[in-house]
Amino acid sequence: MSIDYSQKIPNNVNLNDNKTLQRALEHWQPEFINWWRDMGPDDSQAFDVYLRTAVSVDPGGWAHFDYVKMPDYRWGIFLNPAEEGRKVNFGAHKGEAAWQEVPGEYRSNLRRLIVTQGDTEPASVEQQRHLGLTCPSLYDMRNLFQVNVEEGRHLWAMVYLLHAYFGRDGREEAEALLERRSGDADNPRILGAFNEATPDWLSFFMFTYFTDRDGKYQLCSLAESGFDPLARTCKFMLTEEAHHMFVGESGVGRVIQRSCEVMNQLKTDDVAKIRAAGAIDLATIQRYLNFHFSVTMDLFGADVSSNAATFYNTGLKGRYEETRQDDDHQLNDASYPVLEVGDGKLLTVQAPYLNALNERLRDDYVRDAIAGIERWNRILQKQGIPFVLAAPHKAFNRKIGPLSAAKISPAGKVLSEAEWTHHHLQWLPSVEDRAFVASLMGRVVEPGKYANWIAPPARGINNQAVDFEYVRFN
Amino acid sequence: MTYPEAPPQTITYDTHPAAYKHWRLSFDGQVATLHLDISEDGGIKPGYKLKLNSYDLGVDIELYDALQRIRFEHPEVRSVVVTSGRDRIFCSGANIFMLGLSTHAWKVNFCKFTNETRNGIEDSSRHSGLKFIAACNGTTAGGGYELALACDEIILVDDRSSAVSLPEVPLLGVLPGTGGLTRVTDKRHVRRDHADIFCTLTEGVRAQRAKEWRLIDDYAKPQAFAEKVKQRAEQLAAQSDRPADAAGVALPALKRRIDAAGYHYETVDVLIDRKARRATLTVAAPASAAADSIDGIVAAGAAWWPLLMARELDDAILMLRTNDLEIGTWVLKTRGDAAHVLAADAAMNRHRQHWFVRETIGMLRRTLARLDVTSRTMIALAEGDSCFAGTLAELLLAADRSYMLSLPDDEKSEAGITLSEMNFGSYPMVNGQYRIAARFYGEESPLAAARSAIGKPQGAAAARELGLVTATPDELDWADEIRIVLEERASLSPDALTAMEANLRFGPGETMETRVFGRLSAWQNWIFIRPNAVGETGALKVFGSGNKAKFNWERV
Repeated sequence: MSIDYSQKIPNNVNLNDNKTLQRALEHWQPEFINWWRDMGPDDSQAFDVYLRTAVSVDPGGWAHFDYVKMPDYRWGIFLNPAEEGRKVNFGAHKGEAAWQEVPGEYRSNLRRLIVTQGDTEPASVEQQRHLGLTCPSLYDMRNLFQVNVEEGRHLWAMVYLLHAYFGRDGREEAEALLERRSGDADNPRILGAFNEATPDWLSFFMFTYFTDRDGKYQLCSLAESGFDPLARTCKFMLTEEAHHMFVGESGVGRVIQRSCEVMNQLKTDDVAKIRAAGAIDLATIQRYLNFHFSVTMDLFGADVSSNAATFYNTGLKGRYEETRQDDDHQLNDASYPVLEVGDGKLLTVQAPYLNALNERLRDDYVRDAIAGIERWNRILQKQGIPFVLAAPHKAFNRKIGPLSAAKISPAGKVLSEAEWTHHHLQWLPSVEDRAFVASLMGRVVEPGKYANWIAPPARGINNQAVDFEYVRFN
Repeated sequence: MTYPEAPPQTITYDTHPAAYKHWRLSFDGQVATLHLDISEDGGIKPGYKLKLNSYDLGVDIELYDALQRIRFEHPEVRSVVVTSGRDRIFCSGANIFMLGLSTHAWKVNFCKFTNETRNGIEDSSRHSGLKFIAACNGTTAGGGYELALACDEIILVDDRSSAVSLPEVPLLGVLPGTGGLTRVTDKRHVRRDHADIFCTLTEGVRAQRAKEWRLIDDYAKPQAFAEKVKQRAEQLAAQSDRPADAAGVALPALKRRIDAAGYHYETVDVLIDRKARRATLTVAAPASAAADSIDGIVAAGAAWWPLLMARELDDAILMLRTNDLEIGTWVLKTRGDAAHVLAADAAMNRHRQHWFVRETIGMLRRTLARLDVTSRTMIALAEGDSCFAGTLAELLLAADRSYMLSLPDDEKSEAGITLSEMNFGSYPMVNGQYRIAARFYGEESPLAAARSAIGKPQGAAAARELGLVTATPDELDWADEIRIVLEERASLSPDALTAMEANLRFGPGETMETRVFGRLSAWQNWIFIRPNAVGETGALKVFGSGNKAKFNWERV
């Protein structure tokens, strides 16, 4: 019996007419479901979850909200509508018609970009799979699951490209995306940050704020790609990614809000007293922020990179908002500042712009990430708490690139090994910090109830109330 | 004068394990491990960073030294694991930015030395019971894979991302420069269509398919990798006949003096005439009868003449090749008592099964083989107190031409050439043939005549009769004859000479090594000077800048 995948898989890519793709997906789809059952959210397969499902690309009504069991979620394939006469907008091919098929000479690099992006999607689902067991509310549990199913859909989006455009190699890579496992020493996910544990909800919120925002910037760069199907796919993914960052920003904001309330009630800034009252002290929040910010910095890659230069020049991956940049979009003779350690301090040196594109994207990201931290600071101000959260220096705690060889403080000062050893526990979460945060993680699933360490949200999802039954247990 | 003095920045090949910047050599009983962990800022020349475990000549000089230490200082070692001290990267090959900045001559000399070192790995596996395993614990690309190919076995980590690759064609527009293509076919018998795909795939081939295609021998998951490598290293060690309980022979630094006149050692002297673009290498026989008993030989250790001479000659060859590019003619001379050389030969022959003697013969074999592939004219002169006997007669046989002073009125004063058993099979060239057999194309009658002369000093007339020397001018002609030969030679195109000499030195019969060197000299060096590789928009030049190479599409 053949399954009508065009019915089962919402899509706007004429799945019905594409036999090759049908055949590929027939094989892959059951494997994906198996993966979801094995590695998707723990012990939650039978829940009815109030989820949004992408059903079209119409900006006015692309999503549909209803209760759904996650394994039955209708993971769809959506590309933004084609733009008539779209061109390659940068690099050596600037001005040529955008590619509708993969150019043979760029097959390998394009595949690598798509596989690297695609690998992060199931990885984060795996990282977060136990969090449902310690959710602070039904609202938050639902948001977690929403993020998870949409990461699943983003995996579909990348697998669609691999299946539709990369032949046998693409099918093998699509299978490998389901075979790697986050944190598995034998079979890890590709990028380091996606093999780190997400052990608690503060980490989850920080991850969705900082690390999913890296996803946003990567997707924005790929949305500029001269390979049109990739550009259109990524544009639509960005629509969903916005919610993930909202979950992070509002989540951290609510934790700060609650900490402030406790501090004001007890009229104290004593860490021990705040912790005893079951809230998270602001210094610990800052340390979590430092950790996730720095881990995410590394995701942008080496400061000076020949791959970045090649990806740009060959039209595969642009800059953030490429078409809005006021330059020649080829960058052959331009330079861009990058950091180096010399004479015991951080120095700014000019690198060829093409080689510095990772750094450029990192800088775009930092501006955006700092803007959200300022919004968190407004919560503190409003509550009258004299504490300011700050992003660490982009060179802090780096593990890749030339800066990884140096020890650099959050303020950007180059430290000796001894200074680092002496201070780093002030800057990064300690085992005790993590144990304390973990101790707060009890499951709260009564509609309208929220764990003591986090404030309720200002409003619910899809205009529902905050005490709406976002998840029904069966 | 073009070069009145020695070049200001002389590169030397001196190092020792405590001075390594890029390798860590460790020992665990019968297994030695070489960890590659290249210092980014440790390049032998300025201007590039050795990122991603990529190497330059300095890294290979250390590898060569480490192999020598294992051979001589650690006779208990039976298998060697070559692996990386880095996470997720084994080795990414020769540093591309270094190649981009290097002159053509530097690239060729670098490739030649790295090839010789890899051939040396195989030579030790073939002759000395040392087995090598490449434990590829991460990305193994280009020259990194070629290093692995030189080992007896290749084990790749199966972490779903590490691959072996030869991306030179698609990424750089050149060929693998250390025998990659040749070993993939000749050694590993990878089917040619698979090899074609493999060599055009930038991302390479991962564990399972790599094994199916014979690119590797085995693979293992990260958690099981170390254990598998250890097991194989021990299995291979079990097949070796290296001694378990022998004490090693330490290799002290060579006593070498460099001055404006040349390079001076205890048994080798190099005098450089920069104006004439000529170096005279004189190798001295042992001053007295060298040790004869095996105990005496081992006690002499690195001072034992055959080993001391081999090490000094080896160093002299490398110094000249690297630092004295315009010195196009090497005059090979010997001096001293032929009887002492023949006594050393007899001792080597008698004790050749002993590990230390076996290693010394190996060192001589590899050093003499370096001469054969050296892109310099070699002319041997037998006169005065020269002693082309036995092992030292190999110098005469390696030369492109040889001249012997004839003294018709005083034959007893002629230098004399004496063959020994060592000339008949102990020192094969890279084509697998020993020099005297190759000289006569394996023909029986001249070989038999030469063989019957073993141990008997041959005067000029007899040596010419036996075909051992090119010409035998008498004392009236000698000076002019030799001067004209050398001056005429020095006037010819150095490129044409290099090519012509290589053609004539290696006659019929190919081996993997001759194919490696031959293809390197012909194809790779051709590509290395073509605009498609090294022009302003050539692939090697634009690599890393993000710019695409612009090719001239004509197929030549």
